[in-house]
Amino acid sequence: MSQKAQAQTVLRLSNITKRFGALTANDDVSFDLKRGEVIALLGENGAGKTTLMNIIFGQYTADTGAVEVFGQELPPGNPHAALDAGVGMVHQHFTLAGNLTVWENIVLGSQRLRSLRLDSKAAKAKIAGLAKRFHLVVDPEAKVGRLTVGERQRVEILKALYREARILILDEPTAVLTPQESDALFATLREAVGQGLSVVFISHKLHEVMAIADRTLVLRHGKLVAERAIGDTSREELAALMVGGKVSPPKIDAMPAGPALMRLTGVSTKGEGRAPGLQTVNLTLHAGQITGLAGVSGNGQKALSDLISGLVQPSAGGFEIAGAEVADWSPRRALSRGIGRIPEDRHHTGTIADFDLTENAVLETYAKDFARHGWMNWADAKARAESLIATYDVRCPGPDTRIRLLSGGNMQKLILGRVLETAPRIILANQPVRGLDIGAVNYVHGRLAEAREKGAAVLLISEDLDEIMTLSDVIHVISEGRLSPGFVRGTMRAEDLGQWMAGAGFAEAAHAS
Amino acid sequence: MDFFDILTSAAFWAAAIRIASPLIFATLGELICERAGVLNLGIEGIMVAGAFAGWIAVYMGLPLWGGVAVAFLTGMGFGLLHGTLSVPFGLSQHVVGIGLTLLATSLTFYTYRVVLPEVSSPPKIEAFQPFEIPLLSDIPLLGPALFSQTPLTYAAFIMAALVAFVLYRTPLGLAVRAAGESPSAVAAQGLSVTAIRMGAVIVGSGFMAVGGAFLTLSAFDSFFFDMVNGRGWICIALVVFGAWKPGKAVLGAILFAAFDALQIRLQQTTIGAVVPYQLFLMMPYLLSILALVLMSRRAEVPAALMVPFNKGER
Repeated sequence: MSQKAQAQTVLRLSNITKRFGALTANDDVSFDLKRGEVIALLGENGAGKTTLMNIIFGQYTADTGAVEVFGQELPPGNPHAALDAGVGMVHQHFTLAGNLTVWENIVLGSQRLRSLRLDSKAAKAKIAGLAKRFHLVVDPEAKVGRLTVGERQRVEILKALYREARILILDEPTAVLTPQESDALFATLREAVGQGLSVVFISHKLHEVMAIADRTLVLRHGKLVAERAIGDTSREELAALMVGGKVSPPKIDAMPAGPALMRLTGVSTKGEGRAPGLQTVNLTLHAGQITGLAGVSGNGQKALSDLISGLVQPSAGGFEIAGAEVADWSPRRALSRGIGRIPEDRHHTGTIADFDLTENAVLETYAKDFARHGWMNWADAKARAESLIATYDVRCPGPDTRIRLLSGGNMQKLILGRVLETAPRIILANQPVRGLDIGAVNYVHGRLAEAREKGAAVLLISEDLDEIMTLSDVIHVISEGRLSPGFVRGTMRAEDLGQWMAGAGFAEAAHAS
Repeated sequence: MDFFDILTSAAFWAAAIRIASPLIFATLGELICERAGVLNLGIEGIMVAGAFAGWIAVYMGLPLWGGVAVAFLTGMGFGLLHGTLSVPFGLSQHVVGIGLTLLATSLTFYTYRVVLPEVSSPPKIEAFQPFEIPLLSDIPLLGPALFSQTPLTYAAFIMAALVAFVLYRTPLGLAVRAAGESPSAVAAQGLSVTAIRMGAVIVGSGFMAVGGAFLTLSAFDSFFFDMVNGRGWICIALVVFGAWKPGKAVLGAILFAAFDALQIRLQQTTIGAVVPYQLFLMMPYLLSILALVLMSRRAEVPAALMVPFNKGER
């Protein structure tokens, strides 16, 4: 790393300040980026990371301060100038046109609009060269809409490289990737950095930062609060710097399992397209226990969570709630039987984006608790929203805000509050902390642990083994719609669970029974 | 004359191509707008205005091609209005479009009365005459059908090829298509979504007006109220039928025109004597709906069609 200290400075930010109304998104931020260096920009949601990057890329104009690229000051608010200067940005939400092919997306904007000919041959040759050099395999003739998320991200990176980017800004690139795809991304980045590219990497996943970055900068409330070489820091220190205090994950104390609240015996469901259904699954959820469901996504998690939410019926097997056989299953019946649901996709299933917080807060209970003779009682509904906002620390301008304007963490807190306020007996938490920052993660986990202590049965579905192993009293692994036996806390190592996740063990288990 | 004779007669296909021409112009115009992400429901009114503007310009003494140019400019003017309201101001494209159709239609009738206060029947002009392309027009069946048309019909087909070329073979066309698919992708490459969409709406509206002018300068030789008669709405359906592709849209226009030409001829056959003529009039529309249902199920709608783009909003 020592020669990097003398390397050329490729990007310099000096005293950047940006305000949105009363909110100061960036407060006097300065840093340098060297050639061939990877900087990780850490911070909680809303710390101002994305705003800062959008200023570099010219999508926002800073109130004060300057951005220099290779010693030249960039004109503010001009993405074109940033691109020409060699800054490429991969946005968190991809900026790709789904109906266009890969090469069309990459070439877009790189040739003068007045020129009479789109030179597709030369373009494709250049793309093929780049793809080979950086191991970014993707079919240039494929329509982007048909690609997987990981492939789309490769297209975004190719797009930046095609425009001769020397500085690559990646805004939470792994938020939507599977672990395997993330590994492939990191391999590509290492390759690119080895060839002289410089990278700014925005993330709040600490293990990734430790794995890929040379140096990390921590933003909190818009201010640069710390700068650490990766060799001189630890995950714990970075986590504390991000939230501005010590981070303590919730404590799960052993407690005896209560009565069985839900019991599936030999339940099967129909698959949906390529997603498998459940195959003779046995699962019991006990009061006062968190049951963790580990597995690679797409192995039947959706089938199980749809079944419990009331969206699908079992096609075979026995399904009991609190000892009573379930018949005529539906989402409304699931609610009335005391099942609280934290859906996997908080943006599409969990909330209605253009409804305000009040409306979203009563989505599940409006007919029962907030209406009389068919008329909505909006005063009560609003009072409920306000109490959720206060109790669950939802940071927002007020109950009249459209929920799409909230950060993921705050949206999730509202959903969590909506579920917990109904004092559910069984809580289905499907990927409850995906994409949330550490503060919000601990908050959600703490609340789930609290519900467990009060005697609820929690089913926690997650792809994150750390999360599963920290919280769960019993762990099941799901693979191709089959469920492993339950493993009690402390009896399983991560490697063993990984074996089950890969599908090993099921055959012997079937044989033994 | 029976069914088979109709389908093999050059006169029938010549009529189909003639009827298709104005539809081709206007469909291309609508297609350009929609490819950039703007639904232009002003089409019906813009066609009326174009029909009148081209005709009155020629009546006032301009040459025929001058009339076409005046129609094109008139269309571009209405396009500028539509674009300004729907693109930078981001107003509802439905409301802007329908409002523009009403405005353009009424403004046309008003202007007609102001310019020609005393006439009872509209004056005639010297319209485009068929021009037989040497050699090609001698080919049996195809020659009289395709190559003995008026110059404006040839222009329609040339324009279709040109629009296809620009959309698929130039950087500008790529930018237009991307603006209708993902404006944020366009903005992220440092291009102006507003400029691209405005340009597309203005040029597209010009095409629609030329489609209208075809009626007064080539198909007929005068201007009547109700002469556009819903052709604009047909073109909106043709864009869907053509799956937003110029080539397929032209085929759709010819297909619709062929049904139209067929129903006129069927009315004169022996079946026409027993079946009420309204059923024949209905035929092209009915068959268009059927074709639309069958053809457009798998069409890929521009993803950002009717979605206004505001820089910086999440």
